[in-house]
Amino acid sequence: MNPIVLYTILSLSATGIAAALILFFIAQRFRVIEDPRIDEVEDALPAANCGGCGYPGCRNFAEACVKADSLGSLFCPVGGNDTMKRVGEILGMEAEEQDPQVAVVRCSGSYACRPRTNFYDGAASCAVASSLYAGDTGCQYGCLGHGDCVRVCDFDAIHMNPRTGLPEVIDEKCTACGACVDACPKNIIELRRRNKKDRKIFVSCINEEKGGIAKKSCSVACIGCGKCVKVCPYDAITLENFLAYIDPVKCKLCRKCVVECPTDSILEIGFPTRKPRPEEETAKEVPAPSMAGDVKAGGSTTDTGTAADSTAGTGTIDSGTVDTGTVDTGTVDTGSAGGSRDPEPQAGGQTNKEEEN
Amino acid sequence: MRTFPLGGIHPPENKLTAGSGIRQLPVPGQVNIPIYQHIGAPPKIIVERGQEVLVGQLLASGEVFISAGVHSSVSGKVVKIENVTDISGYKRTAVVINVEGDRWMDSIDRSPALVKKIKPDSQEIIQTILKMGIVGMGGATFPTHVKLSLPRGKKAEYLLVNGSECEPYLTSDNVLMMEKADEILCGATITMKALKVKRAIIGIEANKRDAIDHLRECAAKYQGIEVQELKVKYPQGGEKQLIKAVTRREVPSGALPIDVGAVVFNVSTMFAVYEAVQKNKPLFERVVTISGKYLENPGNYLVRIGTPVSALIDAAGGMPENTGKVISGGPMMGKALNSLDVPVIKGTSGVTLLSGEESRRKEMQNCIRCTRCVTVCPMGLEPYLLMALGEKEQFERMEHEKAMDCIECGSCSYICPSSRPLLDYIRLGKSEINKMRRARKK
Repeated sequence: MNPIVLYTILSLSATGIAAALILFFIAQRFRVIEDPRIDEVEDALPAANCGGCGYPGCRNFAEACVKADSLGSLFCPVGGNDTMKRVGEILGMEAEEQDPQVAVVRCSGSYACRPRTNFYDGAASCAVASSLYAGDTGCQYGCLGHGDCVRVCDFDAIHMNPRTGLPEVIDEKCTACGACVDACPKNIIELRRRNKKDRKIFVSCINEEKGGIAKKSCSVACIGCGKCVKVCPYDAITLENFLAYIDPVKCKLCRKCVVECPTDSILEIGFPTRKPRPEEETAKEVPAPSMAGDVKAGGSTTDTGTAADSTAGTGTIDSGTVDTGTVDTGTVDTGSAGGSRDPEPQAGGQTNKEEEN
Repeated sequence: MRTFPLGGIHPPENKLTAGSGIRQLPVPGQVNIPIYQHIGAPPKIIVERGQEVLVGQLLASGEVFISAGVHSSVSGKVVKIENVTDISGYKRTAVVINVEGDRWMDSIDRSPALVKKIKPDSQEIIQTILKMGIVGMGGATFPTHVKLSLPRGKKAEYLLVNGSECEPYLTSDNVLMMEKADEILCGATITMKALKVKRAIIGIEANKRDAIDHLRECAAKYQGIEVQELKVKYPQGGEKQLIKAVTRREVPSGALPIDVGAVVFNVSTMFAVYEAVQKNKPLFERVVTISGKYLENPGNYLVRIGTPVSALIDAAGGMPENTGKVISGGPMMGKALNSLDVPVIKGTSGVTLLSGEESRRKEMQNCIRCTRCVTVCPMGLEPYLLMALGEKEQFERMEHEKAMDCIECGSCSYICPSSRPLLDYIRLGKSEINKMRRARKK
């Protein structure tokens, strides 16, 4: 063998062995001892890395869980109680149960209800628009409609409805991570307790203006009349700055406030239609307009785009079981279209037609 | 000819109303006087519903140092105190007054005679200015008495009076300099006394030849005041740009003009100071330019604070049919209004009407890395980078890249061949950085 080749092989091998030895000792000296439970906890987490727990990612949350003395303040909204139970089992700690939540858009100011007073042609971002001015309608609290909430959602759970110009949450997909809540510069989106069958009752307005001014800028604004506060048997409604707020924990979903609201700013979603009593028929139909759009949307789900995402089955079941069916068809079918308001005003008529069917 | 060295642009000047003198706009039937018209803390309302007020009567008094009082611009009855849409479109508290006659407070000297002799001393001048609710009338509306009360250890060398009016369309300062030159010079002398400085320089852009000549002629009678001709370049009227052009000193990042020994006021502020100190007249009216290529009768009007913009447009011959945007201020730094009921406030130097065609933004294209925004930025920033960071919400890096030095002149958005909304995102970043800084302080 050529001695040059031999020397080369020998010297390289020697260097390699020496380097391996150095690396071995350094690795021993600076070894990072990591709790193996962090990996276990991380595996139990949904790996969405959405930041809904308040930590940058699932790994960081897992580290925090392992370090923590109790799981009281730690909660993964995406995984929910099941995930937290598993995390608790791994760490031998008791996980506190929390009510599951869902994001709710508290603005009903669609194009039809809230006339545009001007036209915005700047950057298509709610954050930019709200740093420049109050909005393209008379309501300074309402949705700007540029879809910052849609862009931040990691779960495809919120979409803009092109007909109303408002975002709509798909309840089944929403994990209550809170990204949209933080993204909304107007603080319209709220995380509320998720009720059975995704039923919801909430004041779909955050306008703190006096009644007259609020009503002038938007036909479905809360005018702070206080009728709902009086009618609520559970003291769940508070009125502050001409704006009613329904406490999701106290609310028992009795729907009395919905009937009472003169501007239809309280929405009921996911409920079967009430049986209209003959003498009160007209009064009963007062809340119907809020769902009017959905009634229509139920008939032609495809045009909303978002509606295609919702489960078709539920819609048919509800409309089948409840004979009047109109309101559910709307709400469930366009589950995504939760509480959207529609340009078409012929709510009452629509209801009657469906009833005849 | 002097100017600032870095960046700058040359937008079409469109000074349509430069030749027309100041006309008095009739007092409207009702005024909405917003109580929050300046930078700082909002003043406290001291009038009640149903109360009769006179012209010049105090409506709201500033109780903390950085604040300013607001005075009634009309005589009549306070009908309500409610939230009224302001320039940004947000509703803010305003005093709504139904006008009855035009009765002025007796303390106000209404004679047109020029009072040259300055009786009060430095402290008394500052007190009077505080009492009369004077704020910076160039647009920033910073309370004037705060600028005059120098921080301990700081000494002013120059008083700079800003008559450059680099904003296209606006001519209110120009006509004021033509018609009230002596008053402005006298106001400058008063301010010099308050600041205890020996030298004042009035900076005027070269396109206002007549104003330069007229002021130079008048300034000969006043001690220590000179007029400096400046090159026509936007934003020559920026505070830091003016200081650099006139004194050749640069205000460091994050520092104030007083750190280089300069205090800058607008010519209209000087006029207001004169009226406050010599005539005992609070700031309740100002010269406003109403301009636009399609307006029948554009002009410069003396307008009472609280007059709705719509009254101003009516006086100028009504709204042209093709109007696309009504802007409070000029097209570069002004704000598009979302309602014509917005009242004229202390900082409104003009109202510009642009046609739909002129005002439409072109569709945004990708950044082509031409760096023209960097070339024109008068503060030496990198707008393309700031916008990218703003879009990605990297506000901490934005702060590191000196986004807070941006004077929001809009040169970058103006020059961008891809019509990118550079300034929109820089503004967003600035407001987020401010939030971060407040949170850090806590």
